[in-house]
Amino acid sequence: MTVAEMIAARDAFGKALVELGDANDRVVVLDADLASSTKASMFAAAHPERFFQIGIAEQNMTSIAAGMASMGLIPFTSTFACFASKRATDQVRIGIAQPRMNVKITGAYSGLLAGKTGKTHQSVQDIAIFRSMPEMVVLVPGDGVEVEKAVWAAAAYDGPVYLRLTRDPSPVLFDAGYEFRIGKAVVLREGSDVTVVTTGVMAARAAEAANTLSEEGLSVHILHVPTVKPLDVDAVLEAAARTGLVVTAEEHSIIGGLGGAVAELLSERLPTLMRRVGIRDCFGESAPNECLLEKYGLTAGDIARACRELVALKG
Amino acid sequence: MTALREVGLRGVASDEELRGIANKLRRRTIDMLWRAQAGHPGGSLSAAEILTVLYFDVMRLDPSRPDWGDRDRFVLSKGHAAPIYYAALQERGYFAEDVLTTYDELDSCLQAHPAMGGPGIDMSSGSLGQGLSMAIGMALGARLLKKDLRVYALLGDGEIQEGQIWEAAMSAPKFKLDNLLAILDLNRIQLLGPVDEVMPIEPVAAKWQAFNWHVLEVDGHDVGRLRAACAQAAAHTGGPTIILAHTIKGKGVSFMENTHEWHSAPVTDDVRERALAELAADPAALLAPAPEEVR
Repeated sequence: MTVAEMIAARDAFGKALVELGDANDRVVVLDADLASSTKASMFAAAHPERFFQIGIAEQNMTSIAAGMASMGLIPFTSTFACFASKRATDQVRIGIAQPRMNVKITGAYSGLLAGKTGKTHQSVQDIAIFRSMPEMVVLVPGDGVEVEKAVWAAAAYDGPVYLRLTRDPSPVLFDAGYEFRIGKAVVLREGSDVTVVTTGVMAARAAEAANTLSEEGLSVHILHVPTVKPLDVDAVLEAAARTGLVVTAEEHSIIGGLGGAVAELLSERLPTLMRRVGIRDCFGESAPNECLLEKYGLTAGDIARACRELVALKG
Repeated sequence: MTALREVGLRGVASDEELRGIANKLRRRTIDMLWRAQAGHPGGSLSAAEILTVLYFDVMRLDPSRPDWGDRDRFVLSKGHAAPIYYAALQERGYFAEDVLTTYDELDSCLQAHPAMGGPGIDMSSGSLGQGLSMAIGMALGARLLKKDLRVYALLGDGEIQEGQIWEAAMSAPKFKLDNLLAILDLNRIQLLGPVDEVMPIEPVAAKWQAFNWHVLEVDGHDVGRLRAACAQAAAHTGGPTIILAHTIKGKGVSFMENTHEWHSAPVTDDVRERALAELAADPAALLAPAPEEVR
């Protein structure tokens, strides 16, 4: 993987929304006064008649989206992941998940890198919250290309989707020909000593860790999981069986997210030595990005350390 | 426009006929609550005339085509009034009478609170405070899709203690939704007691006016005035209307009236018998088909 090209997920998101809106006039976007940050503003500029500014009222926005979906529209709601998953959870449950409404909930600024806004705006529980909600598909794309494909896939899917997005530029992992399918994991790197299962932007950090470990003589297998729910069970079992050691990596709490999903699956079907790289059971704080990743254990180095630990345990 | 709006209407009902239907819906409600041994009598009975006027006079519907895209939409934001809503849907022809006996039973399409998928149910509800926003979404959607239809939402007065109601109240006038009509069932009682003791909502008319709504006030048990208010709302342009319908909690069953004791309480054999006797003695009962024997 080259580290040359970086794309911010939000720019990819805004561009994809505009193109989706060009292709499908049933697509509408609702915003809670964050469009310039989430880049839903690009849709507002291109399709003003289908952009609805609801103001700082996430609950109202979410229920309005449910009503629009009941009329046959395909609403995308736009706010930060922290608010989408917590401020309006009950509105999602009643109006979207229970009636299986065709609403796409987009959560921007997920994880710890929320533009120096701190623990109020960081979102480290959103995957766990939406994963526990019946009927909800949870998409966590890993780069700008995957964000764009996920936007189209979400629109093509008839039902509730949570789309988790990030703020800052991240390395491009996929080429334009990459085929994204909801529910399908993708092998980023073949290896035989230890498996890293990643989601979202941790994929690039896992790739970096694999390069480091390769120099130490360790062969790392990377399975990237952009759909945390429904989990690609066969792919995870296959990746675990291949090495017998699994590290999960996510910019999210280790409770209830990808690590939780993989641990639940493997403990029942294929007990495997595991380590979960992610945010421990704590909230974050405001600080520069690099400091946050370092302090909360989300760097390539943290993934490499977990891999070495497992390999040593196996002996 | 006029011709279109008449599609699916059952013909203009007389006030007398509507009063008879409201009485019948009340009797059906008592039976459903008795069978289920659970549910909300008070807030169902207060809404009998409102639902009757909507479903038997005002709304453009076709029960033989529940998914008809151009039908008017209804959101029971006060979802706990489900029994009388189901009674209205059944009487209007959305499903057979025996389906009512499945209310609140396992696998029933008539859940304790309305759930989409049930025949004629346009929106799920039950967690209070969300229905007005949903109705706004429907009204915005109808406008975008160029559908000449109207959206109705029935709110409870305790329900407007929920903050989301005021988020919605702020937004409907912004979008100039004159295809939206909210009706507030002002029965003045909630689970624990009088609304104005639990958490005062007054001055309620002034609140909606201050949020730039077109506000009408009527006796919510007077079918003639309710019809007139709905017609007035339909003629209003440029923004949403709310009808403040002054009602009596538990209306029609003397011992259930004006008390929080019957907000949610099981209807025993004895209670059912006394309630049905009172409702059958109401002159309006003579205007509706006789109540069928159950069980």
